[in-house]
Order: sequence, then structure tokens, then C-alpha cells
Amino acid sequence: MAGRVVLHGMWASPYSKRVELALKAKGIEYEFVEEDLTNKSEALLRFNPVHKKVPVLVHDGKPIAESLVIIEYIDETWKEGPPLLPQDPYERAKVRFWAGFLQQQLFEAVFSVIKTDGEAQAKAVKEVHEKLKVLEEGIKVHEEVLGMKFLDPEKYPRVTSWVKALTELPLVKEATPPSEKLVGLLQFLRARALESAAA
Amino acid sequence: MAEEVKLFRTWSSPFALRVVWALQLKGIQYETVLEDVAKKSDVLRGYNPVYKKVPVLLHNGRPISESLIILEYVDETWKQHSLLPQDPHARAMARFWAKFGDDKVMQSIWTAFVSEGKEQEAALAEASEHLQKLEEELRGKKFFGGDNIGYLDIALGWLANLVRVFEEISGLRVLDGERFPLLFAWLKEFSDAPVIRDCWPSHDKLITKFIALRQLHGAQSSST
Repeated sequence: MAGRVVLHGMWASPYSKRVELALKAKGIEYEFVEEDLTNKSEALLRFNPVHKKVPVLVHDGKPIAESLVIIEYIDETWKEGPPLLPQDPYERAKVRFWAGFLQQQLFEAVFSVIKTDGEAQAKAVKEVHEKLKVLEEGIKVHEEVLGMKFLDPEKYPRVTSWVKALTELPLVKEATPPSEKLVGLLQFLRARALESAAA
Repeated sequence: MAEEVKLFRTWSSPFALRVVWALQLKGIQYETVLEDVAKKSDVLRGYNPVYKKVPVLLHNGRPISESLIILEYVDETWKQHSLLPQDPHARAMARFWAKFGDDKVMQSIWTAFVSEGKEQEAALAEASEHLQKLEEELRGKKFFGGDNIGYLDIALGWLANLVRVFEEISGLRVLDGERFPLLFAWLKEFSDAPVIRDCWPSHDKLITKFIALRQLHGAQSSST
């Protein structure tokens, strides 16, 4: 499939990372533009005027935003290479459902734990466990930042083994940013959030 | 093989209405199961354990939830009267704007409806900005889907009756013909289209419902 592919993303953004994984899984050649989210490029603002966020995929000069929308686009446009979504409509519906849940419910809850303290944090922690029970899902790096363990193999055996299987895949290993770098960024975001909450 | 299609819905849910429109447009025979939002059935909870909400589409015993996901399922399963365009880029745009409708447009209009003073002003201003983007996206087409009603029209269809309800109750001007001529015209075309026009829930019942909801939200926010 001809056509220039450019991905505007950011090394720590899981939304951006998803699109990278999708492109790599399909073996698609692309250019990566690392965006400084505190100083967004003119191109990014032009390609995503509605949200002004990463990731944005630009294919043959035409931009697409919203990571899950981009992934469906990739799957529909590049038919050679492994399918990202299953063929059967019911299975596709299930994948879309859980992808939405991960994004709206779990990720937001985990990020709340990073940004809060005291009672607010305890509440956020409870919410995370509730979501985890539903999906048995976890995010490893956040555990390091807080000294809390979410992915308990006894409580969430299936999720723990799923995350392990994912992180051992060569293409995921290559694409994962160094742990210390991510921990550093999350600690900074936490400190800043707690400061502004106290102010 | 007899096909079983059941739709769990409430009388007023705009999300469930999306599925009604899709099924009707495609001429699919289905059974409606009316749920009471205050007292949801165990059956519904069984089919949607994660969110316990309507709509849920049950097709041959298999449940699907989340209205936009159901729309995609319906479009992939029954090929007549296609809802999404064929071209991947056009499909991506339709999905993008549908998400925008739910995340930004609905959110800001609802906030404007239930808030007061400065918060309401800010929400209204935000809603206007978002509506302007939809106005530009319509670009002189009859429907977002072109000549025929498509996925994005269905996703945004809630605007066609709920905005009027909100405006009537609150006295706010949200979507008028002066500022948004194309959108305003689209509202009418969509509302009056065959199939769509037969499905609207009772206007009076909606007024009653949203007056109560507005009071509830107002009471909650003033007590915090």
C-alpha cells in the first residue's frame, strides 16, 4: 500500500504507543514525529485542530485523530499483514467494547491514583480495584511510582499473565519506553498535581 | 433459521434510539424489551454486567452493548442500507465526529442545561464552539452521510429532539438558525425523515423528565 505515513506522537503517551504498535504489527513503514506537548508543532495543530492532541496519523497528507479510530483505519487500509481486529462481527464488538472500557474506565482511574493523595487517593484506589475486578487489567509502571502493587497474580491471575505475555512480545519490548524514564515522568506529574491540589 | 433480535431499551434513552433507527432503516425485525431505568431487570444486568445500561442488542442469544458499538455490529451483520461509508478515511471521519458528539457536544450542552451563572455561560460558549465544528463538517450536504442518513446522522440524532427540550425548559438558546443555519436545517431534515419521525419519544414526557433531572442536579450541586 503506497503513501507516506507520518505519526505525530509522544514517547510516554499510551494512546500514541497503541498506534505505534499497530503500525509495527502490520509492518508499515512510518515516520515518527516526537511532539513536545508543552510546545506543540504547527503541523500537529493544523492536523488536529479539534483536540490538538497526539496521536495523529497522517496518511498521504490526510490526518486522522483518536487512537482507536486510527487503529481501525490502519486495519481497514492495510489488508496485508495480520488483522488487528477479528473477522466475526460479534468478536469485533467484544474487542471494541473492552478497548473502550480500558480507555474510559481503567486508565482514567489509575491516573487518578497518581494525581491524588489522602482520602481522595483512597477513593481512587478503591475504584481501580473495582475496575480491575471487572477486567483483571493493570498497568505495571504506575505500581513503581506509588509503591503499590495492583497486578497481584493471586487476585488477578489472568490479567497478570496477559500483561506478561504482551510485554514479552518482541515488538512490544522494542516499543516500550525505558521504565526509569516513565517513572520519572509520572513522579513529576504526581508532584505537580499534588501541588496544584494543595494550592 | 429463525433469527432472534431483541433490543433492551428505555422509553427515552437517546442511545437506545440510535439502535432503533439503525434497525428500522435496515428493515430488521426485532422485539423490544422496555426497561425501567430505576429498576433494571436481572436479565439486562446479566447481559450487560459491566455497565448495567441500555441499550443492549441481543442477536441469537449474544449480547452487545454500547450504542456506537452496536451500530457497527448492525452495519456489519445486515448489509442493506449501509450506515458507514466504504472508504476507510471517510469511515474514520464518521467515527471521529461521533465520538466528538458524545464526548464534547453532549457534555457541554448537558452542563449548560444543569448549571447556572458563570459555569453555564462557559458551558454554553464551549457548546457553541463545538456546534460550529459540526456546522462546518456538514458542508452543505443534506445529511452527514451525504444524500442518505448514515452512521454520523444517527450518532448525532439526539440533537434533533433533546436540544429543543433543553431550550424549552431552560430558556437558553443553544442551536439556532441564525448561528448554525446548516445544522438547523439538518435537524429538521433528520427529524422529518421517514422511519426517524415515527420513533421520537413523547415531547411532553421528555419535558417532565428533564425538568425533574435538572432539579435533581441543581439540588446536588448547590449542596456540595
